[in-house]
Amino acid sequence: MILSNADLSALYLTLKLALASTFILLALGTPFAWWLARTRWRYKFFIEAMIALPLVLPPTVLGFYLLLLLGANGPLSAIGAAPLAFTFSGLVIGSVIYSMPFVIQPLHDAFQAIGKRPLEVAATLRASPWDRFLTIALPLARPGFITASVLGFAHTIGEFGVVLMIGGNIPGQTQVLSIAIYDHVESLGYASAHWLSGGLIILSFIMLVLVYASNRRFRVFKI
Amino acid sequence: MSLEISFNLQREDFAMHVELTLPETGVTAIFGPSGSGKTTLLGAIAGLENIPDSKVIFKGQCWQSNSSFVATHLRPIGYVFQEPSLFPHLTIRQNLEYGLTRVAEKDRRVSLDNAVELLDIGHLLKRQPHTLSGGEQQRVAIARALAVSPLLLLMDEPLSSLDNKLKQEILPYLESLHRELTIPVLYVSHATDEVARLADTLVILKAGEILGSGPIQDMLTRLDLPLAHRHDAETLIHGTVISIDPEFGLTSMTCADLVFTVPGNTLAPGTTARLRIAAQDVSLTLKKQTGTSIQNIFPATVVELQTENHAQIMVKLQLGDLPLLARLTRKSVEVLAIKPGIQVYAQIKSVAVLA
Repeated sequence: MILSNADLSALYLTLKLALASTFILLALGTPFAWWLARTRWRYKFFIEAMIALPLVLPPTVLGFYLLLLLGANGPLSAIGAAPLAFTFSGLVIGSVIYSMPFVIQPLHDAFQAIGKRPLEVAATLRASPWDRFLTIALPLARPGFITASVLGFAHTIGEFGVVLMIGGNIPGQTQVLSIAIYDHVESLGYASAHWLSGGLIILSFIMLVLVYASNRRFRVFKI
Repeated sequence: MSLEISFNLQREDFAMHVELTLPETGVTAIFGPSGSGKTTLLGAIAGLENIPDSKVIFKGQCWQSNSSFVATHLRPIGYVFQEPSLFPHLTIRQNLEYGLTRVAEKDRRVSLDNAVELLDIGHLLKRQPHTLSGGEQQRVAIARALAVSPLLLLMDEPLSSLDNKLKQEILPYLESLHRELTIPVLYVSHATDEVARLADTLVILKAGEILGSGPIQDMLTRLDLPLAHRHDAETLIHGTVISIDPEFGLTSMTCADLVFTVPGNTLAPGTTARLRIAAQDVSLTLKKQTGTSIQNIFPATVVELQTENHAQIMVKLQLGDLPLLARLTRKSVEVLAIKPGIQVYAQIKSVAVLA
């Protein structure tokens, strides 16, 4: 067996984390990105800057504050919540925040690119606001959803700093692929590091190829 | 009266004042240069623009007032936008059905087949929008708007995004709409040729103000309005074919007891058509000329004169019930001593039949 049990469980955990984070981000990000794309609120740039923050911050900074917030002595514990640091749930919260710009941004751009004309047309064709969102906005934003899903998923898989800060390195519970690779390299287990790293490169490349291929296919549909 | 609309709009760079009542049937053209507020007016009627302090009442139903606002999707309108704006993720058939299926069965008066036939798009139903030409797309957009069985059809310069050739391709369809629809149509345009062919009533907008509104024949010939002073100022006449002279290829058409002779022999007796007489092509004589090549000569009364520039004067005549414009040189007016009230003969050099 080339991959040890620990490696396999790290792989499983990573995929689970990426799926959960992507799912939560799409569920929360869709209405949020829609609001952001349509609002005329003059201070929306504050929100935009906040969402972009994880892009520029070192992950350790984010992880550090999340650790304080979610830890046993953090404010959440003080009000009676179970400490989430060093748990899978804690990892999900960290990943959601860390990968947020990669999901919100493409959704926002896709909604904005639709413009108001198709929605006005739908309104004159008797479609209610909710109907317009479901039958016009969502399908027209499809390339944005594909990009958002893949980028959110892939970015969570590649996450290292935040996970290490708030998840530690507990095999089977919080040890994800990127950290398993780090461990292999530390202990000079280059063969295992190669298998995991090479696999990750191929997986990421395939996902990105799918994004760009599908976006090219949908470009002809722009109004 | 079917549609009443009034509002006062004050924006930083644009003010608009509208008080308008529009007729029950026929095509009303909203005519004016770009930036005059035509689209804003249409948007207010459709509910796409919510203008404070506005009032929109359609056949007794209040669509907008100080205390109420009926959302666009609840107003029984059809809207054709400047660009076809077909939904790119749906086929042509799905585009047409989008509105149709959202109309309650009991309110459907136009079937998909009606709309498809009227615009002649049956062969396009399975295609995707981006594979259609601009003209075909706009025909689908018009059919899509008709398929919701609107009680009021709003068209915002539906031909302006098309080149002249495509325009000529679509105009006949619009004319057949005009003949076959019993609902009022509001047609925004800045092109006089479209207006002359389609409109029954004309509303002239300029910089947010309504300069005038009324039957198109009157609007075209009112000397206090800009249309009578364009270089191609014209008079419009609704004629009925009475007979055809096959030997010379000429058609006789009547309007208000006058008989006009026009070239062409394709129209059957009994059909009606619009005749256009350019002010340029009308000349006046004090006595009836004989030995002239001109076919259409009618006695007329001079009603009004307005100087256009140093050299030219626009003269408004009355031929029985019909108004007629003639553009003369200032010199001729002086030599012939033409002034309001005198009797003259109008010689019409050419009459064009529209479509």
